[in-house]
Amino acid sequence: MINSSLKQLAALLQAKQISSVEMTGEFLSRIKQHNGEINAYIALDEEKTVAQAQAADQLIAQGKATPLTGIPIAQKDIFVAKGWQSTCGSKMLENFIGPYDAGVIERFDAAGAVNLGKTNMDEFAMGSSNETSYFGPVQNPWDRTRVPGGSSGGSAAAVAARLCAAATGTDTGGSIRQPASLCNLSGLKPTYGLVSRYGMIAFASSLDQAGPMAKSCEDMALMMNVMTGFDERDSTSLQREKEDYTRGLDSMDADKPLAGLKVGLPKEYFADGLDAAVGKVVQEAIEQYRKLGAETVEISLPNTMLSIPVYYVLAPAEASSNLSRYDGVRFGHRAAEYTDLMDMYCKSRAEGFGAEVKRRILIGTYVLSAGYYDAYYLKAQQIRRLIAQDFTEAFKQCDIIMGPTAPSIAFKAGEKADDPVSMYLQDIYTIAVNLAGLPGMSIPAGFASGSDGKSLPVGLQIIGNYFDEARMLNVGHAYQQATDWHTRMPEGI
Amino acid sequence: MSLSSADVKRIAHLARIEISDADAEATLQKLSGILGLIEQMQAVDTTGISPMSHSQDVTQRLREDVVTESNQRELFQSVAPAVENGLYLVPKVLE
Repeated sequence: MINSSLKQLAALLQAKQISSVEMTGEFLSRIKQHNGEINAYIALDEEKTVAQAQAADQLIAQGKATPLTGIPIAQKDIFVAKGWQSTCGSKMLENFIGPYDAGVIERFDAAGAVNLGKTNMDEFAMGSSNETSYFGPVQNPWDRTRVPGGSSGGSAAAVAARLCAAATGTDTGGSIRQPASLCNLSGLKPTYGLVSRYGMIAFASSLDQAGPMAKSCEDMALMMNVMTGFDERDSTSLQREKEDYTRGLDSMDADKPLAGLKVGLPKEYFADGLDAAVGKVVQEAIEQYRKLGAETVEISLPNTMLSIPVYYVLAPAEASSNLSRYDGVRFGHRAAEYTDLMDMYCKSRAEGFGAEVKRRILIGTYVLSAGYYDAYYLKAQQIRRLIAQDFTEAFKQCDIIMGPTAPSIAFKAGEKADDPVSMYLQDIYTIAVNLAGLPGMSIPAGFASGSDGKSLPVGLQIIGNYFDEARMLNVGHAYQQATDWHTRMPEGI
Repeated sequence: MSLSSADVKRIAHLARIEISDADAEATLQKLSGILGLIEQMQAVDTTGISPMSHSQDVTQRLREDVVTESNQRELFQSVAPAVENGLYLVPKVLE
């Protein structure tokens, strides 16, 4: 059952072969068995979870079930959920119990899905290894000495170790796609504005976007149907007609399902900096796409290398503003001792934030400070437009873009923890997608060996034009019909 | 551009984060590395390029000026560090 697709799980529930309470119990017992080591979940509340499963069983009995009714899902701890500890991986919010539900949580609740718990993450989603979490690092289920990626590392490890049927993540610079790549799962960051940011604890508001992390593109399509949609409480939510993201999955030609599809291969994504073994796996995946009927064309995204400097101005600037709300007055950590109001702010924030979060607040404060705005913030916004224009030009020559998701396989825990700049380079192929606001996806493409000979997952990144998620999911699904990389699971789980 | 330890302390004060002299020194090393990365931007000629703040070319929505929130003071104050009689408590700011 733990390897079943969401569609198969729903069929089991519909046919009353298993109840949601039983299915949920199976995942809860797996969590009890494995979470002590993997540390994928940071908040569990069995009573609440089982109550949701019971309610789902009633809906099923009444014939009111929808595709995700009764399915146990893990929620990244960036989403505020009523009555749940909602920490964003930070000491600052260690004792914060959500007084309301985020838009994403509401949507899963309305669909009758069961919330298994809140998953671990880099503090305030700032990190690519899940090592900045106040609640401890997450182990990669494929090799416990390695990182699962980040910031959605807990969700990635939970899906990979089959501690949930699927999970949610958020992606500001690669935080869904990079952990999906490192843990052998499918992850999708939708077009900016498709999924509500209401109640999703803010990091960099013009880049943050939530999306699904699952075992297949078919599962992600079902989750997209639930997650997307206009929310008036999010000022950047887009008003669009509701789409069915599963609509094309079953209607493809079995022989050449992707005949006519033009795939752009950005030369900058295969240049220096890409691990050779990872590059080989990605090329093999692209060869498989040619067999499925796709044509490939070399394209150029000339400003790719600038995406990291631009991101490390814009994201910290927005973060320094967003995180100014943590002042120890209305919610969050307050220092035990202080002399006056200013001292209370300074001590509460010094104690409540971890080192990486403080670094980014300081960078953001600096680039926004008097005299520096034009040289940094404005300049970065101008180059952001150049980066977005690269994609506009590229999509004149192709329907979809493919390349590596991350430059390497999962690295060892601690390897980059002390070197922020080398950690930031993990996101070299993913950040530009956020800056442009485009949808990006990672799917399992095979395995590559590290220096110790250990074989670890590699992700293929698929970038689509705005609102082209349905086509991206079709393209991923066609590959997953022809290959079995996405069905592989780690040993000993 | 190079930062000094005193600059780090000034920025930390602007950000309302207490920092010791020793931490300011260690932070300086890390921030300098990041600012070095950021510096790559300066080689790009951006004359005449309009800044991009959002990916979609949309305008801010307006809504009717009506009350949409109900009073949930007790619920919201249940997560506050210190409250009294429905008010948030902070150290005295006026003599």
